[in-house]
Amino acid sequence: MIASGLTDFVGDALDLQVQIDAIGLGAVIALMAVGIGLVFGVMRLVNFAYGQLIMAGAFALAYASDRDWPVGVGIALCFAVVLLLSLAMERVVFRPLRGQSAAVMLIATFAVAFLLQSIALLWFGPLGKTATSLVRLNRPVEIGGADIRKITIVTIVTAAICLVLLVALLNRTSIGLHMRAAAIDSQTARLLGVRANLVSTVSVLIAGALAAVVAVMLTVQFPTVTPTFALQETILVLAGVVVGGMTRLLSATLGGFFIGYVSGLLGGALPSAQSQYLPSLVFGLVILVLLIRPDGLFTRGRGLVERV
Amino acid sequence: MRTRRAAVELLGPALLVVAAGIVGALVSQTNQIYFITALISVATVVAIYVFVGNSGVLSFGHISFFAVGVWAAGVLSVPEAEKPATMPYLFDFLSSTTVGNVPSLLIAAAVGGVFAFLVGLPLMRLSGLAAGIATFAVLGITNNILRYYEKIGPGLNTFSSVPETTDLVQATVGAMLVIFAAFAYQRSRLGRQLRAAREDPAAARAVGVSIYRQRLMSFALSGFLAGFAGGLYIHFIPINIDAVYLDLTFITLAMLVIGGTTSLWGAVVGALFVSGLDSVLAEMEDGMTLLGRTIDLPSGSRIVVVSAVMALVLIVRPSGLTGGRELSLPKLRTAVAK
Repeated sequence: MIASGLTDFVGDALDLQVQIDAIGLGAVIALMAVGIGLVFGVMRLVNFAYGQLIMAGAFALAYASDRDWPVGVGIALCFAVVLLLSLAMERVVFRPLRGQSAAVMLIATFAVAFLLQSIALLWFGPLGKTATSLVRLNRPVEIGGADIRKITIVTIVTAAICLVLLVALLNRTSIGLHMRAAAIDSQTARLLGVRANLVSTVSVLIAGALAAVVAVMLTVQFPTVTPTFALQETILVLAGVVVGGMTRLLSATLGGFFIGYVSGLLGGALPSAQSQYLPSLVFGLVILVLLIRPDGLFTRGRGLVERV
Repeated sequence: MRTRRAAVELLGPALLVVAAGIVGALVSQTNQIYFITALISVATVVAIYVFVGNSGVLSFGHISFFAVGVWAAGVLSVPEAEKPATMPYLFDFLSSTTVGNVPSLLIAAAVGGVFAFLVGLPLMRLSGLAAGIATFAVLGITNNILRYYEKIGPGLNTFSSVPETTDLVQATVGAMLVIFAAFAYQRSRLGRQLRAAREDPAAARAVGVSIYRQRLMSFALSGFLAGFAGGLYIHFIPINIDAVYLDLTFITLAMLVIGGTTSLWGAVVGALFVSGLDSVLAEMEDGMTLLGRTIDLPSGSRIVVVSAVMALVLIVRPSGLTGGRELSLPKLRTAVAK
């Protein structure tokens, strides 16, 4: 009984369709992980309100599709809204809190998250709106006997392009160099002439652009935009970046991909009777990994601990 | 001198709670609900403070101890005759047992404490962000299981027909008990060791403090008190399990941080301040007459204002309204200086 259940599970998990869907979810979560990891690197701040940026972008898309604006205009509006909100957040909340304890900053972004969510609730109501202009991307194409939705392929390709562009920016430009320096040691970097405000603005803007990309991808898959849009994904990505390791952008990104992939796999392969316990399973895995490797799954060596 | 300072440290929070209780007794029946809610918030926030404040480790998991308190007190105190209707799939021993008000509160506390102890056994080795996410994972698992496992409770349905025994007196006494426990703990040897470890882990280890053991004990006590607060809550208002999840985690942590994380006084002030603000705004949503003018906010705007105020307080006063210090009388301080 258990053995046959297990073979079914493994069979389902190896299915091409499940695999590609899981990679698609992993790609979305990895993009969010980059956004969160980038801001954490420069400011030592975990931005819980990141999901609400995506929610705001999704509402912008829904707003545009309500008025039958062309797709391009909708996407431009989405980017504009998310980038403006990111800038405002950085100026009003992040900058004054620079240097505060991680707990204070996290709770402050918690407050911002609830603020944005409750404004959306007041404005659009609990049922939200629908963004339909890109829904045709949801149609499946057949590849190797599996029905793959076009959006999954678009998501994976877009995520790959974004990551390549980001790596190029970080490694080939001087602002990228400044950001990496600030992430390693912000005090020394400032002494050497790295402008803290510029670096934090740029990192928040890049994170915002990634949030806008994720908003476009997610609204295609889930066209109903509610005030709690992307909340599940935010919880997943926060667990993912810590599981991967917050100290480096690469390990945080890998952690995000890893948790997205695993939960996509489990969601696709679990029999429906057990699938309601999927969150418990994922969270259980998170606890297990954290106990074994508290500094992160993809980090090298152990963090320094002051010892007597 | 020392005892006087200790007396102020305890009497400040205690008097504030008693004052809230007395004012609550004077206002109308409908407004009394706000005061009971505020007093239960005090109990909850002080319970969280016992761990977070004394250890300096952020925990997102305390609402799961509150939730098992809600569950234990709720499922056990529904009258036996009503159980088949609301919770048809219940295990036999749960459906055939019904307990009264006080035993159910004690059981809620015990369940919260034992759960926290068991969870803490592995998790108290972690600190920093890893601890935050791991405790959050505990919250997610607790919510997920209580939500779908209908053999132990009503699942997503509301806990209906729980006797509503938490009145103003019980809420006041409950909040006082939690404050006394928190006070006794933080002045004990154990509490002082943990606070020392919060300030300087290496130095605390050097004088022989086992940080793991101190954190674990504080976590268990904190879970015990949170479970008790959960019991108080379910005896006050019928709720379903999703009412004790993310929103409550956010609002209680915000109360603690706004008041000042590192002091009992801060926990009590933060809980009463945010509850008070929330109540006034709730009244305004229903239309309130103030100085001859009617203020009528659209419904849903209160959480907008509350979260904006929270962000503002954190930006202007990151260490909270009380600065994270215990209450002390200014006169006493100058006397010492002389």
